[in-house]
Amino acid sequence: MPIKGLTLLSVASVFTLVSAAFAAGHLTQDQQRAMDARNAHMTLYSFNLGKVGAMVQDRVPYDADVASAAAANLAALAAIDEAGYWVEGTDTSIEGSRAKPEIWADMAGFEAEQVKLATATAAFAAVAGDGLDAMKAGFGPVGQSCSSCHESYRAPRE
Amino acid sequence: MARWPLILGAMVAALGAGWYLTRPAPLADNALDRLTPDAARGAVIFAAAGCASCHTSETGADTLLTGGKRFASPFGTFVAPNISSDPVHGVGGWSDLELASAIVAGVSQDGSHLYPAFPYTSYNKADMQDVVDLIAHMRTLPASDAPSLPHEIGFPFNLRAALGPWKALFVSEQWVLATAETDALERGRYLVEALGHCAECHTPRGALGGLQGDQWMAGAPNPSGEGRIPNITPAALQWSERDIAEYLKSGFTPDFDSAGGEMVAVIKNTSQLTDADRAAIAAYLKAIPAIANP
Repeated sequence: MPIKGLTLLSVASVFTLVSAAFAAGHLTQDQQRAMDARNAHMTLYSFNLGKVGAMVQDRVPYDADVASAAAANLAALAAIDEAGYWVEGTDTSIEGSRAKPEIWADMAGFEAEQVKLATATAAFAAVAGDGLDAMKAGFGPVGQSCSSCHESYRAPRE
Repeated sequence: MARWPLILGAMVAALGAGWYLTRPAPLADNALDRLTPDAARGAVIFAAAGCASCHTSETGADTLLTGGKRFASPFGTFVAPNISSDPVHGVGGWSDLELASAIVAGVSQDGSHLYPAFPYTSYNKADMQDVVDLIAHMRTLPASDAPSLPHEIGFPFNLRAALGPWKALFVSEQWVLATAETDALERGRYLVEALGHCAECHTPRGALGGLQGDQWMAGAPNPSGEGRIPNITPAALQWSERDIAEYLKSGFTPDFDSAGGEMVAVIKNTSQLTDADRAAIAAYLKAIPAIANP
């Protein structure tokens, strides 16, 4: 049956081509979940930074309880072990990722940035309830830690 | 046939005239007369002009202007020179007038044109008082004995004489925002267009590397090849003036993302300015024409 053989062959080639295209344009489930987790983690930072940041920028009145809670959240977030986030093949070569290849090339430097953030947020959590001035002073190193890591390890938007 | 020598002669004469007319033009000898440098004021100018962002090394101190940072471009890679106070490897041996000529006229101590990777294209609008204050401050900073490295620029861009016509075409002393209606706008214009040289990254360039004035601050490809430098005209930057000023102070965006990449170095500078200066920059950015990207 030459026709049937040909059909089978075409189906097989189309399937191969489609799989290849799929592999190029899509991530494995592990990669996608790691990227989702990274982005969610960053969103949680941003949410809690917003609570204290509004007070630091004098946009809302200081509230010791809100400040303490948000600062404790930031410290807890910074203490999370991120080791599983940095799956191979999820750097800027992937659509939607702003994680620079330097993260993988210099994992020790990258981890040092995480330690810096953990230290800054822990110190911040200790003073965030002690009044507006104390909170403002503790907030500075947190922001500098964000910038320091983003300077070296995060790519700009496309 | 007998005409060829004539045409050739005319071409050589034209080239010669072009070279002569666009030869490096340092400041006049009396340009700094009657100015008294104030090094303390110069520290603020140093921050506003962003000197450390390019001339410090990745690992060195924020005040050690040792050079070595690399800047990729379509014309090759420029390497920031040592501009520390070292008399041999830095610019400690240059006179105030020689340094001022480099800063506002793009002319080196040896009389050659400097590449516009050094933004004298913006600094040419700086007040001469600010320039002498800046120089006085730079003389107080530590010396580095690291030799300056050569730029990695191929032919024909390695011909510095070609920068003469380039300057004639692309260097202007005119403000882009022609009228600044308030004192704040005038101050903002000065900080953005002269000292801050924001347009050097935020405005796209033409084929010869000149800024495209009709696309002022409309965003540009990143010369490093990575991502895009954003459009900061009112067409794209929807933040309030207060949001912009806070960002320049802390690096936090209104939704508490934080600055990254080259802007981190910029914010290290703008965080040293006064609240009034940051507000002036914000006012300026709201006053420039809105240019949407296609």
